[in-house]
Amino acid sequence: MSESNAPAISSPVEYIQHHLTNWSVGVEHGEQVKIVDFSVFHVDVFLFSVLLAGLLAFFAWKIGKNLNPDKPTGAQNVAETIVEFVNQQVKDIFPNADGLIGPLAITIFMWVLLMNSMDFLPVDLLPALFGGVASLFGADPHHVYLKVVPTTNLDTTFGLALSVFALIIFYNIKHKGVWGYIKQFLFHPFGPYLMPVNIVMTAIEEVAKPVSLGLRLFGNMFAGELLFLLIALLAFSVWAMPAQIALGTLWAIFHMLVVPLQAFIFMLLTIVYLGLASQSAEDH
Amino acid sequence: MNVTATLIGQMIVFSILVWFVKSVLWEPMLKVLEDRKGRIADGLAAAEKGKHEEELARKHALDELKKAKAEAAEIVAQGQKRAAEIVDEAKNAAIEEAGRVKVAAQADIEQEVSRARETLRTQVSALAVAGAEKILGKEIDAKAHAKALDELAAQI
Repeated sequence: MSESNAPAISSPVEYIQHHLTNWSVGVEHGEQVKIVDFSVFHVDVFLFSVLLAGLLAFFAWKIGKNLNPDKPTGAQNVAETIVEFVNQQVKDIFPNADGLIGPLAITIFMWVLLMNSMDFLPVDLLPALFGGVASLFGADPHHVYLKVVPTTNLDTTFGLALSVFALIIFYNIKHKGVWGYIKQFLFHPFGPYLMPVNIVMTAIEEVAKPVSLGLRLFGNMFAGELLFLLIALLAFSVWAMPAQIALGTLWAIFHMLVVPLQAFIFMLLTIVYLGLASQSAEDH
Repeated sequence: MNVTATLIGQMIVFSILVWFVKSVLWEPMLKVLEDRKGRIADGLAAAEKGKHEEELARKHALDELKKAKAEAAEIVAQGQKRAAEIVDEAKNAAIEEAGRVKVAAQADIEQEVSRARETLRTQVSALAVAGAEKILGKEIDAKAHAKALDELAAQI
């Protein structure tokens, strides 16, 4: 952390802003990115999420290739525990799930867990390293940005949430038919006489699903990251170091709860939403 | 805090990851777990069956043992009975033999007695003649007194 102490001490706002800025293409330095701008691409978010996806895929492949039916060892035991745990959740919540729900749920759980876990790395470690490496190639380290936690970015959380939303619509149409799905908008929840209200209510209900999924994860992880940054700012003086260490430890311990919990909630709600989508119209 | 083109990238990565995890890990592992569950159930059923069979075998063995014991007891009883019979037979035979020996001995004794008497009888006349000769101091003709001698001998 010592490499970043100097800017942290001199200008905390700049320190935090620097940490909250993505490494992006399609945007000039200092330029504000609009809320929705598809000409911008966050390289760091994509890089880390793909690296973690690759890690996950590698272990999945490695374990899946060496499955030992009678004497499970080491990694296989861990994987079996996770698979059985997720499978049990799916069975409990969504009894007649098809073959996609389980893999979807475990992928969400593990991938989000891995991405969230990037929060446990010291906040300055990778950005400072990256800045140092970039400065070797003549870049100004103050203009080199790196956000290491992909889930502190709306692209990731909404990428997942919108994928789930697409599946919600798909499962609705699959199980209710197009007309059945439309009927749900027209007649639910107040019956045919309040049709306009129904449409608004059901639309809000449906849209709230991906929005809440995406925002919940984003909000939790962003807040966690921000708090780590604020705690890192305590390095302004040697006298504040014990406080920094104590708070950092406390927050890290608390975050150990938040990280898997958020991954679990995302997975659980995905199963719940898809389970609801798969109920036929008569079940309502 | 904004939505950018990264969103589409993340969705694609996510879809590929789901497909990948599904095909390399989820499905093979569920199959393995399912198979194992089946095998464990089979094993438990077999163990249950084995236990039941063991129970049966134990009961059977117990029955056999009981039967064998009863048979052995019967054999022993028969043996004892037979032994008693043999002892009785032997005793009876011995008594019979003893009786026979006694009878024979008595017959022998009588025979001996009569023989001794006979011998005495033959010698008594000679003794009487010899005694009389000593008393009288002269020879006596035994033939002349044969009748008196015979009477004497008959008294023995």
